[in-house]
Amino acid sequence: MADDLSSALPEEKRTFTINFGPQHPAAHGVLRLVLELDGEVVQRVDPHIGLLHRGTEKLIEYKTYLQAIPYFDRLDYVAPMNQEHAFCLAIERAAGIAVPRRAQIIRVLYSEIGRILNHLLNVTTQALDVGALTPPLWGFEEREKLMVFYERACGARLHANYVRPGGVHQDLPPQLIDDIEEWCAQFPRAIDDIEGLLTDNRIFKQRNVDIGVVTPEDVIRWGFSGVMVRGSGFAWDLRRSQPYEIYNELDFKIPVGKNGDCYDRYLCRIEEMREAAKIMQQCVKLLRQTPGAVLPENSKFAPPRRAEMKTSMEALIHHFKLYTEGFHVPAAEVYAAVEAPKGEFGVFLVSDGANKPYRLKIRAPGFPHLAAMDYMCKGHMLADVSAVLGSLDIVFGEIDR
Amino acid sequence: MTQALEDLAAHIAASMTSAIEAHEVRLGELTLTARADQIYAVITFLRDDPRCRFTTLIDICGVDYPQRAKRFDVVYHLLSMQLNHRIRVKIATDDETPVASIVGIFPCADWFEREAFDMYGILFSNHPDLRRILTDYGFQGFPLRKDFPMTGYVEVRYDAEQQRVIYEPVKLAQAFRSFDFLSPWEGMTLPGDEKASAVKE
Repeated sequence: MADDLSSALPEEKRTFTINFGPQHPAAHGVLRLVLELDGEVVQRVDPHIGLLHRGTEKLIEYKTYLQAIPYFDRLDYVAPMNQEHAFCLAIERAAGIAVPRRAQIIRVLYSEIGRILNHLLNVTTQALDVGALTPPLWGFEEREKLMVFYERACGARLHANYVRPGGVHQDLPPQLIDDIEEWCAQFPRAIDDIEGLLTDNRIFKQRNVDIGVVTPEDVIRWGFSGVMVRGSGFAWDLRRSQPYEIYNELDFKIPVGKNGDCYDRYLCRIEEMREAAKIMQQCVKLLRQTPGAVLPENSKFAPPRRAEMKTSMEALIHHFKLYTEGFHVPAAEVYAAVEAPKGEFGVFLVSDGANKPYRLKIRAPGFPHLAAMDYMCKGHMLADVSAVLGSLDIVFGEIDR
Repeated sequence: MTQALEDLAAHIAASMTSAIEAHEVRLGELTLTARADQIYAVITFLRDDPRCRFTTLIDICGVDYPQRAKRFDVVYHLLSMQLNHRIRVKIATDDETPVASIVGIFPCADWFEREAFDMYGILFSNHPDLRRILTDYGFQGFPLRKDFPMTGYVEVRYDAEQQRVIYEPVKLAQAFRSFDFLSPWEGMTLPGDEKASAVKE
């Protein structure tokens, strides 16, 4: 009798496979997750990415350096200028271009605007994913104001094409600097409002505390960066540890989490927004003290002044050559990274001395984060998948490239 | 900074003499060229050695040089958060010789290697799940190879009669134009110009 029982096949364990996305509002774009469920517990997650793959890296190999900049806006379209910045840093290092100080301050100012743009979207849509509708409406009001600052600097709300090798495209009008300062003064109140909705909200905490815990070992093994690292207690920030532009002169704190769960990452993002607003205020002060050019003068990498072109034949030729042939970058291999809002955004540029990149690899922070999705969701409930996904801060423009 | 990297490079080269072919510090970045069959040992060493401690894998990518016998470079970028330095390791391979997968050292290498396979057709041995990742289901070819045309081979559209998306050979309304902007004054010697250089010599 006992033998009969042991020889009988155990009851077949039935797992249930469902598709999450690609057209699901909580999929943050075009993510398709194939979820294997045992009851309501997630056994395996298989993210299918690439539905937004546009071949950016291939396209850039066929474009001159200046023509390649707009592709970077279309990667992480939530914080466009941070990506352009990384690309221009790579070109500048390969070609040895010096950036005027005023341009550096403007770049930092707009990088921090990008950080707030990103975190406002992420924090509030994460709240949306776990059931709160109001935060996105409040957050998007502030985002709208920031996009107007983008528009007033470069003419486009989203796809800026503002950062150039050697500086930025144009100087900021004085009125814009005043308005940014005014906005910074009122922003903490807007953050307080959003925090009032979420930070002590019982439902929000039930959905996020102890969900998607990332231990310090996981951070290392899975190659995380940005808030995913800081939420787990590492004070790692490229702005502090490998400073670029003028970050080493600025006074800002790096918020660090304790438990590495979705809730700590939310708190980190909120604090980072407050710090970003402080950095912006410092930049505004510095901008008022630092007049000057925003592109290098007499450089082969920047266009000549318009007035100069009216009288100088050489300037006219130079302008024509810059916008047709483009400039040549000496043969080199360079990896430049910035602390983008989502983590380390890197550009690996292989130049063979031509006017186009030979190879350009874009290292998107979201890519390794999403790769860890299977590991992070295993054993969680189905409903937690969207909370984890929200706290990973996924944007498909940069992951699919 | 450069001196510290030089010292580090000398240390690594001395510890792994058989695996490291060359090292170079340029533009403030350290690049190692390693033997392809030793890559697993090299990455393990870089992670575990107390003077290296490159514990974070930043990126793996391919680069294509079709004129070479071993046409692909596989480039690894590593970061040490503890010691705050970076390194780049390069190996060369062709489209038939597999490279040892480093998923056993860094789990996040999984997707990076899948991407290199998808884009270039670089093979990785001992990879748990070497599928395509970014391209379409059923895609043919390796799009980032230099001999793959930028316009691709197929295009998709929704066919109203068949009520589904269909694939067709790509039709270009205008031929693909790739301009050569090289200056005519720089590439050639105009008649009479040889006299100018002859006088100098």
